[in-house]
Amino acid sequence: MNFDRELTWLIFGVVAVLVVASLLTHLMIKRARTDGAKATLENVAARTRAWWWMVVIFTAAILLGKTTTTLLFGLLSFMALREFITLTPTRPGDHRTLFWVFFVITPLHYWYLLDGWYGMFSIFIPVYAFLFVPIRSALAGDCDHFLERTAKIQWGLLICVYSVSHAPALLSLDIKNYAGENAKLLFWFVVVVEISDVLQYVWGKTCGKRKIAPTVSPNKTWEGLIGGGFSTVIIGAALYWVTPFYPLQAAGMTALIVMMGFLGGLVMSAIKRDRGVKDWGHAIAGHGGVMDRLDSLCFAAPVVFHITRYYFDSQPLLQKF
Amino acid sequence: MISGLIAGSLRLATGALARWQGCGPDLRQRIYFANHSSNLDGPLLWASLPAPLRVRTRLVAAHDYWSVGKIRPWMAQSVFRAVLIERKRPTADCNPLDTMLQAMGDDHSLIIFPEGGRHNDPEPQPFKAGLFHLARRRPEVELVPVWMENLNRILPKGEILPAPLLGSLVFGTPIRLEEGETKIDFLARARQSVICLRDICR
Repeated sequence: MNFDRELTWLIFGVVAVLVVASLLTHLMIKRARTDGAKATLENVAARTRAWWWMVVIFTAAILLGKTTTTLLFGLLSFMALREFITLTPTRPGDHRTLFWVFFVITPLHYWYLLDGWYGMFSIFIPVYAFLFVPIRSALAGDCDHFLERTAKIQWGLLICVYSVSHAPALLSLDIKNYAGENAKLLFWFVVVVEISDVLQYVWGKTCGKRKIAPTVSPNKTWEGLIGGGFSTVIIGAALYWVTPFYPLQAAGMTALIVMMGFLGGLVMSAIKRDRGVKDWGHAIAGHGGVMDRLDSLCFAAPVVFHITRYYFDSQPLLQKF
Repeated sequence: MISGLIAGSLRLATGALARWQGCGPDLRQRIYFANHSSNLDGPLLWASLPAPLRVRTRLVAAHDYWSVGKIRPWMAQSVFRAVLIERKRPTADCNPLDTMLQAMGDDHSLIIFPEGGRHNDPEPQPFKAGLFHLARRRPEVELVPVWMENLNRILPKGEILPAPLLGSLVFGTPIRLEEGETKIDFLARARQSVICLRDICR
C-alpha cells in the first residue's frame, strides 16, 4: 500500500473537485434554457460520471502498488492499440503480425517494465519490435501498400504501447530524496494531464473564439489553450509538495505537460479526421474511446519521464550513458 | 446461464457495438440476414441480440462445419440452438428450406447468411435463393438486413488465432418481398440493403 499523508490529501482533493463538478453540472442542467446548452451539459454530466469511475479505478491501482498500476496501464495500452488498429485499414497479410503485436510484443514490453530491465524496456519496441513487424508481414507475402501498413502498425505500437508505458515507468525511477514516493509523482502527472484537458475544454467552451487549427480540430482555440494552460500551470505548481520538484520546477514541468498534451491531442485529432471519425471508440461513455482520454498523456509521458530521469535521478549523470 | 455467459464474452472479446439503425429489438418473428466473412459472424450476431430475443432466435449454420468434433456440436445444439443445414448437396428429403421453415415454427426467428459461405472479398457475394424462398413462404415475417463490420479482420477465413480488433454491427430497416418481384431482383435488393449499412459503420 502506498499510503501517506500527501497522497491522501491529493486523493481528497480530486474527489472534492469531482463532487463540486457533479453538483455544478446538475444545477446548470436544471437552469439550461436552450436545447444546445442542455445537450452540451448532458454530455458534461456523462463525462463527469465516467470521471468518477476513472478516478476510482486509477486510485485503487495506485494504492495497490506498482504491479497493479503497471498492469492497469498495460490494459489501457491494449485497449488503445485495439482502437488504433481498428481505425487503421490493415490487410489479411497483417493478421499474424497483429496477433504478435497484441499478444506477445505488448505484454513483453510491460513485462520488461515490471522487471525493471530499463535497457530492454527502452529499446524493445523501437528496435526489436520495429524490425520484427515488417519481417512477419513480408513472410505473409502481401506486398500491397507494404510500407504504409508497416508504418501504421509501428506507429500504433509507438503511441499506444511505448509512449503510454512511460507513465507507469515513472514508478521505477530512482529519484533523489524521493525514494518510495514515486506513486505520488505518477498521480500528480495524470492529474495535471487530465486537468489540462478539462480546463482547456472549459475555457474553450466558455470563451473560445480564435481557432488554432480549424482543419484539424475545430474545438481547439487560443483562448482554450492559454486560459486552460495558465490555470493548469497554477494548479500543477500549487501541488509541488507531492512531487520531487520545487514550485518553479513544478510549474515548468506542468507547462511542458500542457504543451505536449495539447500537441498530442492535435496529432491524434488529425488521424481521426483523416479516418473520418469523431471518437476513437465507445469504451468510455461521454468521452469516446480510451484513446480519446490518453491522447494527451501519450505525448507528455515520455518527455516527462526522460526529463525527470535526466535531471532528478539519484545516480551521477555519467553513469547513465 | 451458460449461453448468457458465452454471449457476454463474445461481445466483450469482439468489443462489438450493435446499432439498431433501421428497427428496434422486437420479439416478433424475424429473419436476420447478414454478410459473412468470419466464423465469428453467426455467434456474434446471436450474442448481440437482447436476451429475450436471443432465446427465440436460431442460427442457421452449415452441417459440415458444426458437426465436427465434440465442442462444436455441443455449442451448436445447446448454445446457439443452431439449425444445421446441408449446403453441399441438398436432396429431396433433406431440403434446407424445409428444415428452416420447420425450425421457425410460430415463434422463432432465424439468423442466416445468404452468401452461402465465408469470403474474404471486400464486397459480399451474390445471395443464394434460400432467402427468397423463405420470404415467399412466410411473407409476414420481417427480413432484417445486418452488416457485420471488421469480423473478418478479427478472425479471417483460414486463421485460428484472433486479432483483438473492435467489431460492430448495424441492424437495418426490415424489407419484405414485394408483389410480383422476381427472385433475381429481390436477392439483389436484399444484398444491397446489407451493403448500404456498411457506410454507417465506416
